[in-house]
Amino acid sequence: MKFLDEYRDGEAVQAMARSLRRLTTRPWTLMEVCGGQTHSIIKFGIDEFLPSNVTLVHGPGCPVCVTPAEMIQKAIEIAGRPNTILCSFGDMLRVPAQVGDGTKPANLLSVKAQGADIRMVYSPLDCLKIAQQNPNKSVVFFAVGFETTAPANAMAVLQAHEQGLNNFSMLVSHVLVPPAMEAILSSPGNRVQGFLAAGHVCTVMGIHEYEPLARKYHVPIVVTGFEPLDILQGVLLCVKQLEEGRAQVENQYTRAVRPAGNEPAQEIIQEVFEVVPRAWRGIGEIARSGLRLRQKYAAYDAEKVFGVTEWTVADSLDCIAGLVLQGVKKPHECLVFGTRCTPERPLGAPMVSSEGACAAYFRYRRMASNRPSSDGSEQRST
Amino acid sequence: MNTDFSSSCPISLTEYPYVLLAHGGGGKLMHQLIEKMFMAALHNPILETRHDSAVIVFAHFTSGERPRLAFTTDSYVVHPLFFPGGNIGTLAINGTVNDLAMSGAQPLYLSAGFILEEGLEMNVLWRIAQAMQQAAKEAGVQIVTGDTKVVDRGKGDGVFINTSGIGIIEHSLSITPQNVRPGDAVLLSGDIGRHGIAIMAAREGLEFETTIESDCAPLVGLVQALITGGVEIHCLRDLTRGGLGSALVEIAEASGRTIEIEEASIPVDEQVRGACEILGFDPLYVANEGRLVTFVAPQDAERALKVMRQHTLGASANIIGEVKSASASPSTALGLVTMKSRIGATRVIDMLSGEQLPRIC
Repeated sequence: MKFLDEYRDGEAVQAMARSLRRLTTRPWTLMEVCGGQTHSIIKFGIDEFLPSNVTLVHGPGCPVCVTPAEMIQKAIEIAGRPNTILCSFGDMLRVPAQVGDGTKPANLLSVKAQGADIRMVYSPLDCLKIAQQNPNKSVVFFAVGFETTAPANAMAVLQAHEQGLNNFSMLVSHVLVPPAMEAILSSPGNRVQGFLAAGHVCTVMGIHEYEPLARKYHVPIVVTGFEPLDILQGVLLCVKQLEEGRAQVENQYTRAVRPAGNEPAQEIIQEVFEVVPRAWRGIGEIARSGLRLRQKYAAYDAEKVFGVTEWTVADSLDCIAGLVLQGVKKPHECLVFGTRCTPERPLGAPMVSSEGACAAYFRYRRMASNRPSSDGSEQRST
Repeated sequence: MNTDFSSSCPISLTEYPYVLLAHGGGGKLMHQLIEKMFMAALHNPILETRHDSAVIVFAHFTSGERPRLAFTTDSYVVHPLFFPGGNIGTLAINGTVNDLAMSGAQPLYLSAGFILEEGLEMNVLWRIAQAMQQAAKEAGVQIVTGDTKVVDRGKGDGVFINTSGIGIIEHSLSITPQNVRPGDAVLLSGDIGRHGIAIMAAREGLEFETTIESDCAPLVGLVQALITGGVEIHCLRDLTRGGLGSALVEIAEASGRTIEIEEASIPVDEQVRGACEILGFDPLYVANEGRLVTFVAPQDAERALKVMRQHTLGASANIIGEVKSASASPSTALGLVTMKSRIGATRVIDMLSGEQLPRIC
């Protein structure tokens, strides 16, 4: 398949890996920001091709993982209201809001099983159709994600506004990548020396907003794609900069990312949303790291429409999701990984999402560590 | 009451106080439900073979050869009722025929139970009945008994169908996961993922333009060709909801063997691949309704491949891997599937956790 096979070519991968080995003289620690890149790395085994002194740590770029438990609790509350349809991307449905004690539903799927009308959608625009088809019901879209999903979500609000739809609203938990990268770089325990920036985020936003970060923290930032050859080339460009003492923003993913990004998409985001501080699950509040609907579109803000409760939810004390999302720990370094925390019984969001680092390690990396027993429960075998 | 079956529910009510859709998704939760709930309640030696169909030996026949029958049942709740390449009627025949065929049986007689929703268009039901007649003819089976119930509007989804079937086993092979041996070749009968993607394309709310048709088909002819071709078959499994990945994991766990497959040897149609890339699906876990994997003795691998490729339903068959010797490492002793990726790295193939798509069969 064109645009895929050439980036998954075994020989090209080997050749790139050889170049990388020749180039590397010292140990380097890089972070891939996006959860999609993490899954590619683990699924294709790309890290097996890296020199032993190049370490990849996994970043916070998994939208489902960083959505605060309090927001999921709000979604659960809204889904339980009468005459309401809650729409969400599939991954979000299984993320635990709180540690279940059997008395309250722990995630949206449990609420659905008890009768709430919760629908999985592939696009926020699908929700507008659902709203049109159900004029007597209130339709709410649970809008999570980074800059990549923000334009489509903004478009849904704009279209609802144009169509005069008064039974559609959005529970917004949008986050922004550059402030999270800065939070990681400025934390005392930071070990990241270079970034593979998230290609699809930059497709929308362009590459210029990363330049102040590269200068301030003297860290190379390479905008990188998602296929094996993309990621290896991203690593190569990043290591090359480190070896040469440079710290610049570079674009590996030129087939999708223009330096200025997608300007009409940026304009739509700007029109509908404004930048606010936002809490990241496992990490805490980061200044200017989120989006919310502007006052002009307050009629579509589900938090206001439904007057939802401000929840405080305690995450599992055993889960180290926050450290995993900041690249401080790897999933298998967690004591409950694969034992008390599995995709069927997740304690933290990274074990749920298709972009979560823990789920990637669990699915693809258990040859010598953990094996599920046939009854679905987990056991340590080494 | 059976003394070894506790009166308290064996599924943890703290974790799962209610049945979730994923309990029927063909993945881990469904396996947990079957093992902890139904196996615990209903266990007996025949059920415990965990095969697609039960093999019943008529031991009370005292004279001559004791006949062996294969017996199976399956319910069909697919939405939408009609999709490119088939409908709920063809699925209800082929699904049950295929479950029988996986024990190497020649399917003979089927029952059909219909649960109809008040308000269903009579013409729709007629089209389904005609499709079932045609599918039964193609598979060489007769529907010899049936049942009809109608439920209130809103309490069903048009039509649900249950079919049960019996077939006769005339070969002397032992076709079970437990019979998988080190060195066995793993053969796949064709490209994977067509049914799941066809359903997705047809389903309301997902606008995805494609001409992909379901692979829904009776596999009995293909299996009988292997048997009459003298291939030493150790195991057969038709690929359904959980896809190729889940089927292989089931066999690895039931046999305690390690199965190694190669990604490059697994055929996937370009359009199915494209759809999977866009939707974030792994073709290994996308549903099929007319594909099988077979484990055969190594010396018969090439012959089996030739036989399969000569059959219309096996034209793109391939050898996709082999069963490894029992590993010295205890970590792999429980049965494991690994796949060599296109770029040469190796990863574990796990069973699907939830479901990629609900109600596909």
